[in-house]
Amino acid sequence: MAEPLIFDLSKDGCRGFTLPALDVPEVDPADHIPARFLREELPLPSMSELDVVRHFTRLSRLNHSVDIGFYPLGSCTMKYNPKVNENMARLPGFANLHPQQPEESVQGALQMLKTLEESLAEITGMDAITLQPAAGAQGEMTGLLVMKAYHRKKGNHKTKIMIPDSGHGTNPASCSMVGYEVVNIKSDPRGGVDIEDLKSKLGPDIAGLMITNPNTLGLFDENIGELAHLVHSVDGLVYYDGANLNAIMGWTRPGDMGFDIVHLNLHKTFSTPHGGGGPGAGPVGVKKHLEAFLPNPRIQFVGKKYRLQTKCRESVGPVLGSLGNFLVLVRAFAYILVNGREGLKNVSAYAVLNANYMMQRLKKTFDLPYDRFCKHEFVLSGKGLARYGVKTLDVAKRLLDFGFHAPTVYFPMIVEESMMIEPTETESKGTLDCFCEAMEMIAREAAEKPDNLKNAPTKTPVRRLDEATAARKPDINYFQKPE
Amino acid sequence: MANYIPTTPAEVQEMLGAIGVKTIEDLFAEIPPELRLQGDLNIPEGMSEPEMTRKLTRLSQNNETVDDKVCFLGGGAYDHIIPAAIDHLLLRGDFFTAYTPYQPEVSQGTLQCIYEFQSLICGLTGMDQANASMYEGATATVEAINMATAQTRRNKILVLTTVNPEYRRVINSLNTPLGAEIVNVPFEDGVVDPAKVHEMLTDQVAAVVMQYPNFLGCIEDIEKIAEVAHEAGALAIVVANPIALGLLETPGKLGADIVCGEGQPLGIPLSFGGPYVGFLASKKALLRRMPGRIVGKTTDIDGKTGFVLTLQAREQHIRREKASSNICSNQALMALNATIYMSLMGREGIREVAGQCFQKAHYLKRELAKVDGVSFPFTGSFFHELVVKIPNARKVLGKMAKQGVFAGIPLDNWFANLKDCVLVAVTEKRSKDEIDNYCNLLGGFING
Repeated sequence: MAEPLIFDLSKDGCRGFTLPALDVPEVDPADHIPARFLREELPLPSMSELDVVRHFTRLSRLNHSVDIGFYPLGSCTMKYNPKVNENMARLPGFANLHPQQPEESVQGALQMLKTLEESLAEITGMDAITLQPAAGAQGEMTGLLVMKAYHRKKGNHKTKIMIPDSGHGTNPASCSMVGYEVVNIKSDPRGGVDIEDLKSKLGPDIAGLMITNPNTLGLFDENIGELAHLVHSVDGLVYYDGANLNAIMGWTRPGDMGFDIVHLNLHKTFSTPHGGGGPGAGPVGVKKHLEAFLPNPRIQFVGKKYRLQTKCRESVGPVLGSLGNFLVLVRAFAYILVNGREGLKNVSAYAVLNANYMMQRLKKTFDLPYDRFCKHEFVLSGKGLARYGVKTLDVAKRLLDFGFHAPTVYFPMIVEESMMIEPTETESKGTLDCFCEAMEMIAREAAEKPDNLKNAPTKTPVRRLDEATAARKPDINYFQKPE
Repeated sequence: MANYIPTTPAEVQEMLGAIGVKTIEDLFAEIPPELRLQGDLNIPEGMSEPEMTRKLTRLSQNNETVDDKVCFLGGGAYDHIIPAAIDHLLLRGDFFTAYTPYQPEVSQGTLQCIYEFQSLICGLTGMDQANASMYEGATATVEAINMATAQTRRNKILVLTTVNPEYRRVINSLNTPLGAEIVNVPFEDGVVDPAKVHEMLTDQVAAVVMQYPNFLGCIEDIEKIAEVAHEAGALAIVVANPIALGLLETPGKLGADIVCGEGQPLGIPLSFGGPYVGFLASKKALLRRMPGRIVGKTTDIDGKTGFVLTLQAREQHIRREKASSNICSNQALMALNATIYMSLMGREGIREVAGQCFQKAHYLKRELAKVDGVSFPFTGSFFHELVVKIPNARKVLGKMAKQGVFAGIPLDNWFANLKDCVLVAVTEKRSKDEIDNYCNLLGGFING
């Protein structure tokens, strides 16, 4: 039985919460607000507290999650989210602060933010950090606005950003949102940026290069120094998409590789929970020469007090209505404190160890288009299964029957029938072995009983869903039935 | 000190053996030596869990919370009562440690919650469709403007100066790089005269952005403004407070094409500004312009009801530079927070919260009117927030804070012509005693 919608569970007269009784003398709203601004209908459900608790508890049980099992979703860094961080985000002294409180009443919060800025600057090798962006994509947009402000100040007429064909989809989308045109750069046979292709497209109109390193194939681009040098030679800036920072923390730093701008995804590398799609946090770091352009307000420590400086003449302006997703930042700060310098280096060491261990084993069964040491993730191809009429999608669906989440599939697009696997450092060898066994069993099934894959999943709360009808006749609002 | 890595030293050796290398360092060999970090990161050594907890608890105690004080602050974030059940449900690992529902067969919980959220937002706002959430109110408004410029192929945006000034700053940062020209419409007596909007409309205007109730607490005539906008071929974008919509007519019925705003009042802790949740809803004609994720109801191959991410051809992972937005991570868990809040409060509860906010704010105004020296610069209707003029406002606010009351937000932060004017919000959480105490203290400081 499917779980009913809250609207179908509604029963007139039910209440899930009781407010304290109104203790002030009442007036009639109709005497104070014109009738045309007062509503009659309010189409919300009426449920008891227990009905609400059961409904959402039952729904939660239909989800796969990190707390239930392995979640090797490539480029998403689905690591364990330490429980204590949830406690820290619920400390009354952090959770119950109004964003417009007087500065003197939020000194602890501002100190936390400033210290986190300093830690992230050290980890990335940058000079200044803004914690404002709410997610990675917003960090990208912020970084690109900084880039634009830099070029405007220098009088540069730049219109294009170079992005490798293995880049995340948000990269080109973010460029469009700040008015830059995208120039795609090919990958070379080793999976890195094709330097010759980059050189052929390099010119005075290039504002910068946006790149993930290690890239979405999980491969470290050894030529990054030269790439940065080339882009700098036309006064372009080099942008680091920090989605894959979990591979290199404490081993190398974007700032040392020649990057000018960095964004981080705290919900990936710094263990803040993904929450079913958010909230995240996407801080942006820059080198000294770009600091003046960062969003305001900036947090400053002056005269023994933390202050918010809003008067920053060259700033791109605020990108969010607040200082950032504050409680996400609290969780990330807790994570950094517990790990410390050694711990963070170990995070990357074990993330890379786990990925290489799996890759060595699985390359015996699946195609591995780039056979070299990977960093925190690797990309297999399911194209070899085509002869059985089986696709990567079928492998992904069959994995669900084995109790695993599927890898990221069909991305990066430069690998045919791709499967992008990122184990993270928090998984044990035992879990990795189980997953590899499942993958090997699925490969055998593909040859012997391909229908097991094509009909999969069969053990999940629902089976394959009709996405075509969902898109053709969208039913996206309970109150409005599709035509 | 971290104990989040489960691999034993013996297993490490076994794994290195299987890979065919001697040490983990060998796996980093391709990083050129000149790019390697020499030595350790300059951050402290790791701490144990109790040590970290102690440190952060101390830091948190160096703040004064809205529970230590009595909070009359608003301006877009409000101190409402939050039912205890919400956090217990949010803490279920099945919700908060899941990711975007890319594999719908094992994500029905998240997907159905989003469908319910979308529907609740539609019911509240009177719109045809809503997305799965935006970051927060300001960026939701930015995306609403992007929808309007794309739909109308015009680039001028009229933004009423009664729209949250923090939102207006974000609009300036994020909408102008794409060529939107932002024009501010001035207010009089706390609201914008629709005739003034009419006067400023041209065939280049993509949308008029208004707030309901507006930043100064007044109920803007969004119906007339939407009407004049439509006459000029522009869209009406309404930034709405979802709790106010428990009492006020839906923007949909009053002519809005897009309704967006901040979902924090729906049971989300004040959190020093975030994470909150933005909502974005629109009329049917704008469906393909909507940014972000949208969940649709469908059936599986056995005919069983299920939910999927749908209309993904708008999104960045498919369309790359041609996507309707770059948004990827949104605020799903906070949307769930709001969904549970709306379910618990329900129809009667939300009406009562809105009603109590209205009553208590109006009670405060009646009581303040008795205090010598206090005046009210604006005469129009308001919901739960109002502007109060106090002699030497900043000084008085400081004294009030020392006496345990966050008494309001000084408006000269943003409006030079509103010196000594303070924005005061009253929610259902404030008791009669707290309101009476506010008036007594204020009277004492003004006239003492």
